[in-house]
Amino acid sequence: MDKVMSNKKMIALYVLPALALVLALIYVPIVLTGYYGLMKWDGIGAMEFVGLDNYSRLVQDSAFWQSAYHALLLALFSALSLIAYLAVALVLSGEIKGANLLRKIYLIPMLLSSVAIAQLWLKIYHPTNGVVNSLLASLGFEGTIEWLSDTRIVLIAIFIPIIWQYAGFYILIYYAALKNIPSSLVEAARIDGANPLQIALRVKLPLIASVSKVTVVLAIVGSLKYFDLIYVMTDGGPNGASEVMASYMYDQAFRSFDFGYGSAIGFFLLLICLVVTWLIRKLTAGEEIQYS
Amino acid sequence: MFKKKPLTVAMTVALASALALTGCGSSNNNGNAAGETNTGGNAPAEGNAGGNAATAEKVTLKMMHLWPAGSSKQQNMIVNDIIAQYQEANPNVTIKQEILENEQYKNKLKVLSASNDLPDVGMTWAAGFLTPYVKGQLFAPLDDTLEGGLKDSFVSGTTEAYAVDGKTYALPLELNITPVYYNKAIFSKYNLEVPQTYADFQKVVETLQSNGVAPIALGNKDRWTGSLWYMYLADRLGGPETLKNAINRSGSFEDPSLVKAAEDVQALVNGSAFNKGFNGLSNDEGKSEFMNGKAAMYLMGTWELPNFTTNESVPQEFRDSVGFFKFPTIEGGKGNIDSWVGGPGVGLFVAENSKVKEEAKKFVKFFVEKWGEQSVTKAGVIPATKVDTSKVQLPQMYIDILNELGKASNITLFADVQMSPAVAQTHLNMIQALFGKEVSPADFAKNHEEALKQEAGK
Repeated sequence: MDKVMSNKKMIALYVLPALALVLALIYVPIVLTGYYGLMKWDGIGAMEFVGLDNYSRLVQDSAFWQSAYHALLLALFSALSLIAYLAVALVLSGEIKGANLLRKIYLIPMLLSSVAIAQLWLKIYHPTNGVVNSLLASLGFEGTIEWLSDTRIVLIAIFIPIIWQYAGFYILIYYAALKNIPSSLVEAARIDGANPLQIALRVKLPLIASVSKVTVVLAIVGSLKYFDLIYVMTDGGPNGASEVMASYMYDQAFRSFDFGYGSAIGFFLLLICLVVTWLIRKLTAGEEIQYS
Repeated sequence: MFKKKPLTVAMTVALASALALTGCGSSNNNGNAAGETNTGGNAPAEGNAGGNAATAEKVTLKMMHLWPAGSSKQQNMIVNDIIAQYQEANPNVTIKQEILENEQYKNKLKVLSASNDLPDVGMTWAAGFLTPYVKGQLFAPLDDTLEGGLKDSFVSGTTEAYAVDGKTYALPLELNITPVYYNKAIFSKYNLEVPQTYADFQKVVETLQSNGVAPIALGNKDRWTGSLWYMYLADRLGGPETLKNAINRSGSFEDPSLVKAAEDVQALVNGSAFNKGFNGLSNDEGKSEFMNGKAAMYLMGTWELPNFTTNESVPQEFRDSVGFFKFPTIEGGKGNIDSWVGGPGVGLFVAENSKVKEEAKKFVKFFVEKWGEQSVTKAGVIPATKVDTSKVQLPQMYIDILNELGKASNITLFADVQMSPAVAQTHLNMIQALFGKEVSPADFAKNHEEALKQEAGK
């Protein structure tokens, strides 16, 4: 094995297929998107170079900033929900009855496709036949809440399934990390007289800090570029009340046939995600705690 | 031993995130698929190069359409039948089909045009969809094909929807108008008559509403559904020209009748005329309110006719109880009751850079004629060519609609099709805002006016 790995040609041979795919499918399109973003292009006819016009339009586009605000809210919500996921994972990783079964139950939403989840929640939110409204009615609540068509609540209504969708994913990550903490450390703390809460906060959490950082980045960046559930459930509506950056980009490029502007939004979105990732890394930088 | 563990954690994270990423990447995959099939699309075009110009030689025509055997069985069968007939009559011609589902079809058409690789014959939609392709000189004008009587066989006004600067670039296959369907059983239960005037209509809405029945089924998440209501009100108030002129910039969108139409929409909303939560429901969900008898009326295109006549999966009892009426006239308004909102659906184009353009035009002409003979009887699709109702066997509702079509004084093309794509998006968003009472009728008109002005200034 060492022999193979020390041979530079062999390394190149192993790396090349994946590298070629990543380049062709990810980096080339990114460069192209950046290039289209400088053009005025309807996706069909000739392109016209307009320099940074699309970007100056972007800065002044209130609809875009509204969608950016919604995406930011989603990022905030998903970041906060990480705390709840972590709490669940802490409980599950303790020696409680049925932890195995619960873990599987939490994981199920992750196995469903976004479109299936969207269809499911459309039924749940249906104004007259939906589960939520039927339940409210049976509790004696008067009037109908129009979950997906009331501009004041549509955003919250759509955040709930998104957060629900990813619960299993993050719980699984935290669970795996927590299970990796050597029991000798936990036992030592217990002998020293720490109660379960102290063990969780003072021993376990610091030990999984590196994993937590990764999940924060995943949650925030994932939210900023979120698209699928919103596209299926509300299509950004009513009148942009649930639009996020990615759905706005789709709208501009594929509905208004403004590929130049759509590409500019896409590229800008990429920049935002990069900056945010860098920022989170900077803010959470600190010494790694190792157990050994 | 402990040293190994952080690695496992890292692996789990990496694996899990890879799983999550595949979910996000699904939209990309579509694009790739289109890109890959694109190269496949080149092959027949190259084949054509060999058969150049000389028509007596072997000719391969490539046709792309959007009726897969799975979801549009009847249409697919008719296409195959017409192609078989044509190949029999012209043994030197081979027609190759490529079939894609609606959305994929649109995407692929765009990809192919970017590389100037359109099929010889394909399908397009009217006006706003067609214009960029014409401006990009991708479609061939078909005026010479229309000469010699073919033009007269079309319902008047249908080919014009495919015209840019006086030249026609596609021949329509489908034609749809939008009647108001109503549930006769519900109407008779509350002793209601089909409304002749808008005042009658308002009374019907009021009666139904006070009896706890949703008067109108609407799924306005799709937005064009609400646009139909606005368009009819605009037509009945200001006549067909007002809206048309506002869009083609010879008039203004801030015309009093267009503002009044927006006010009337909000009056309907205020009177709870539509089912609850309509702005969050898709057209299919809105339709189901009508189909399961919860709502009494439904304004929709004639493409729904099979559901109310021949579709066996819809209960017979329901099908028997569906009728239709024309959108009532408004007192003092300029509109005529025989003016319809509607328009041609897909039409056939011939690619400008097709190597076998003449043969393709010949085929398109043949196709349109044969399609007109078969589509309504076999697939329930109303063709854009005139149908002689005395010669065909059809359910009564079809006959009635076709007769109405014969009497039609005007067909106003769907607003979002008339407008350029960017303006159409403004229109559709504004419609949703208007129905949701987030925008005042005056601002509704003003926003349209600004979007149209900006587009015209480009």
